[in-house]
Amino acid sequence: MARFHSLYSSIQIHGPKDEAIPVPGRDRFGILGPYISTWLGKIGDPQIGRSYLGWWGIASLATGTASFMIMGFNFWAMADWNTVAFIRGMAWHKLAPPTGPGLHLRALPDGGWWQIAGLLLTISILCWWARLYTRARALGIGTHIPWAFASAIWLFLCIGLFRPLIMGTWEEAPPFGIIPHLNWTATISVLYGNFYYNPFHCLSIVFLYGSVLLWAMHGGTILATSRFGGEREAEDIVDRGTAVERGSLFWRWTMGFNANFESIHRWIYWFALLVGVTGGLGVLLTGTVVDNWYLWGVKWGLAPPYPAGPFLDAIPEDIARAIAERQIDGP
Amino acid sequence: MSTLSYERKYRVAGGGLLPGTPFDFWIGPFYVGFFGVTTLIFSIVGIGFILYAAAIGPTWNPWQITISPPPLSVGLGIAPLHEGGIWQIVTVCALGAFTSWALRQVEIARKLGMGYHIPFAFAAAILAYATLTVIRPMLLGGWGHGFPYGIFAHLDWVSNVGYQYLHFHYNPAHMIAVTLFFTTTLVLAMHGGVIQAVVNPPLGEHVKYGEHENQYFRDTIFYSIGPIGLHRLGWFLAINAGVWSAICILISGPFWVEGWPYWYDWYLQLPFWDELDLPGLSRVM
Repeated sequence: MARFHSLYSSIQIHGPKDEAIPVPGRDRFGILGPYISTWLGKIGDPQIGRSYLGWWGIASLATGTASFMIMGFNFWAMADWNTVAFIRGMAWHKLAPPTGPGLHLRALPDGGWWQIAGLLLTISILCWWARLYTRARALGIGTHIPWAFASAIWLFLCIGLFRPLIMGTWEEAPPFGIIPHLNWTATISVLYGNFYYNPFHCLSIVFLYGSVLLWAMHGGTILATSRFGGEREAEDIVDRGTAVERGSLFWRWTMGFNANFESIHRWIYWFALLVGVTGGLGVLLTGTVVDNWYLWGVKWGLAPPYPAGPFLDAIPEDIARAIAERQIDGP
Repeated sequence: MSTLSYERKYRVAGGGLLPGTPFDFWIGPFYVGFFGVTTLIFSIVGIGFILYAAAIGPTWNPWQITISPPPLSVGLGIAPLHEGGIWQIVTVCALGAFTSWALRQVEIARKLGMGYHIPFAFAAAILAYATLTVIRPMLLGGWGHGFPYGIFAHLDWVSNVGYQYLHFHYNPAHMIAVTLFFTTTLVLAMHGGVIQAVVNPPLGEHVKYGEHENQYFRDTIFYSIGPIGLHRLGWFLAINAGVWSAICILISGPFWVEGWPYWYDWYLQLPFWDELDLPGLSRVM
């Protein structure tokens, strides 16, 4: 059996390259390739391109590049235009949002660059969504992928736009930068009483881990049935073959239940999509509806009341009072 | 005895891992097998002890039920039943049940003529669990370093252990693990999306197949990895998400005792630029 278990394609057949499927406007905007990469062919399809640019692609790449360059030049400026310092601190450089209340436009050094970079990045992402949508329509397939991408955009906008708008300050939005945005995630969690007690954060993590679990299950099922052609999923949805029967029975015999080749793709699609939907809700409620997720958890019985005694003396008086009041008013 | 129309012809005898394939029968849709029996025994004992711990504990609130590991003073010894002994029994039962489940998957795969990719992937999850409850506590010299069994209790543990290292997001293996979790989910959404999209086209369109799947990703992201490569990629990403999660907690404590932000000092103090007295970093941090 082991001979079927290769992770690599040891034999590659390079026939004529796949020509692009003709759709209106395709010739004008066709770019890149097709090229053949033997190295890519060891894992997957050896062909790169023929790809498509289009107006949405041009707009997305232009605004995305502009946003990226604004971030980069701000980082470089913070390193006093010293190139070695710029490279050394690449992970630490930060382009921070404006501080203080108010949503108005700011001077460039006082957060204006952040506002422009954020606006351009948002436009770029929305153009990329339109690109995903128009390409799906042009090929005559469903628009499931752009709607899944919309879930990620929803989370992105909840974090960087909707919540700051509700809170009335850009200060709540994350900075651009590798470590700075990680600092932001840790800080917002602590500031609002630990995100682990945020039920929508819980759900988002459940769907995230569930997605990884489902990928392991689904990927494993398809690879394990590949000798029966299990990877030809769309064909097997329309006309069930022995790969479907074996993959289905594996799970039926293991856990008493099985999806089929179409419904497993609904499961994985919704698990992945709900990561962004629930995550966005969790962000949106933080600081707007709920000030402190730990105290919210105590109120609804997720966590036991905070122990009285020396612990309470060690924290600021107003917070201690809030905790004490919640204990009295609790359910 | 089978519900699916095609199921009967696949229900063949034999082919198990043990001689004679003991318990070689089905109950309803479930295959039993020797490892089904061991799974059941470990599960009943483990869940029984969880319920016992809840019964002697302060609450039946499902969010708050907590089964804590032994205190650190026990070290790597056997703890009294009510002071971490239950946690130890539950851990043994969990590892026994998980391993039995994986071996049962192997037997089912053999009956169906399938590869072992699913139990292999599940083994990565078992490894991550064993890292948290056995390997790391053993390296640190106390079962008390395991995580407590409880819904919010285990979240508290994750939060507290994270802050013991000041800021866990700086842990490079944690960065890799989180990136793998998000990438796995992204690829999953793209795969689920494209398969549904080609077999559920707009009204008036024909159902499409691999040619259109390839063209969609070549059009939008320049490359389509193809159906077999895609499942290799997803399987590989998912397994690595688990493996790197195990690595990121394994190195915290046994191999790195300071805050994770300090780990980067070796990089910032590389002789080449450490001697240049560079501007920038101290000001923006």
